[in-house]
Amino acid sequence: MQIYADNAATTKMSEAAIEAMTDCVRNWYGNPSSLYTIGQKAKEKLEEAREEVAAVINAGPREIIFTSGGSEADNQALLTAALNGKKQGKTHIISSAFEHHAILHTLNKLKKNGFAITLLPVHENGIVRLDELEAAIREDTCLVTIMTANNEIGTIQPIAEIGAICHKHGVLFHTDAVQAVGHLPIDVQAQNIDMLSASAHKFHGPKGVGFLYARKGIILQNLIEGGAQERGKRAGTENLPGILAMTAALKEAAAHMEQNNAHMAEIRDYLIKGLSAIPHSALNGDAKQRLAGNVNFSFEGIEGEGILLLLDQKGISASSGSACTSGALDPSHVLLAIGRIHDVAHGSLRLSIGEDITKEEADYLIAAVKEVVAHLRSFSPVWRDLTEGKKEFILK
Amino acid sequence: MALYSDKVMDHFLKPRNLGVIENADGVGEVGNAKCGDIMKMYLKIDDDIITDVKFETFGCASAIASSSMATELIKGQRVEDAMQLTNKAVAEALDGLPAYKMHCSVLAEEAIQAALEDYKSKQEQA
Repeated sequence: MQIYADNAATTKMSEAAIEAMTDCVRNWYGNPSSLYTIGQKAKEKLEEAREEVAAVINAGPREIIFTSGGSEADNQALLTAALNGKKQGKTHIISSAFEHHAILHTLNKLKKNGFAITLLPVHENGIVRLDELEAAIREDTCLVTIMTANNEIGTIQPIAEIGAICHKHGVLFHTDAVQAVGHLPIDVQAQNIDMLSASAHKFHGPKGVGFLYARKGIILQNLIEGGAQERGKRAGTENLPGILAMTAALKEAAAHMEQNNAHMAEIRDYLIKGLSAIPHSALNGDAKQRLAGNVNFSFEGIEGEGILLLLDQKGISASSGSACTSGALDPSHVLLAIGRIHDVAHGSLRLSIGEDITKEEADYLIAAVKEVVAHLRSFSPVWRDLTEGKKEFILK
Repeated sequence: MALYSDKVMDHFLKPRNLGVIENADGVGEVGNAKCGDIMKMYLKIDDDIITDVKFETFGCASAIASSSMATELIKGQRVEDAMQLTNKAVAEALDGLPAYKMHCSVLAEEAIQAALEDYKSKQEQA
């Protein structure tokens, strides 16, 4: 059996997206900046796509900038808020401890340039607290950036409430919604979002394309200088095949969101129940306030890379927050942020299921994980010490 | 290209000399759970010859494969020869390791040496 359970890393392109992309490269090859008919036809397609993308998140088309993906959108949003803030003498930014590195590394860069950064704790359930956010806001806060849903543990933040607090204090609010767009209903008006980042390949669109939503009135700072594309805010000939494919994928994801989520949440809960039967294991992140496709467990006494390679032998693609899988020395900053200590953060497994997952596949996943965990524990000196009482279990 | 050589995958999927030796003549444990790698080696030594060796490892695939390979390399060897085992020899026998995984072979070398040291100190006490 082959099961792709790493949809939080990337997704397979949908047929609609592939069709839109091939249709574009075959038929709409003109440069949208050219004034002859072929170019203007491409321009028309581009602006149609902008309207359709905007409509999905209840924004206006002039509030959408197409980018190369989520990381670029995150960078542009943060640098925009930082530079505009600095002009008003505001150099404090609030974020959370478990943001994506596109956010955290950009904040580090800003910190080196004199900005003060506050990272809110995300607690054991992986959710920021509104009172802590409000208490962190200062006179000189120019931006709050909190992700809509976490990429590793899938926990969903109270975005509308966060946005309301920001607006009460006159602070800009950006959200990295890379894991959420196409998976959760987004309404930038109702949720008080000023800027939002999205990436096509997380919702069955192609890689290398995404968008930044920036509320009307926000003067964006360019990351890429050059031509007047994207109203002068993002130079470079538009990736029209990618943009049209992303739009097709997004429309499809939005149209089926409710039924997809109902189905995936049912399988997710089934997986959580099944994997919870493994002794000395624990679900990472809140059980309910999480993406319908996300399951993330820690298993005591073993290391994640072995789990992944053994699952791969069984046809299962998954991921882990272990240090070994990334080449880093520390395990996932997300798992450390929710209070998992190193010893158990190394032994984590993320299954991010797709919309087409079946109950039979879920049974196969549970059986495979159980077998792999038992195998790795059978020769783990840590597990031996734990079971012989020489060491205390961390996960009871 | 795959992350690991076929040899590494072979030793990871079918580790040699897995397990424990009761009343071993030498036991060595190195690494720590915080870093994500712990290796434990058990030696049975008769007349200065390593007649049996077993291991247990908590760690990634290259840590498991490195310990497995290290046990194969020293099994049947004289204690003094086994003391000369280097991490380089372990990595080479595995047809190489990714650069950031070389520490796994270092750990295997250290685990073997710790077990041999334990054997020697037990000998001196006796």
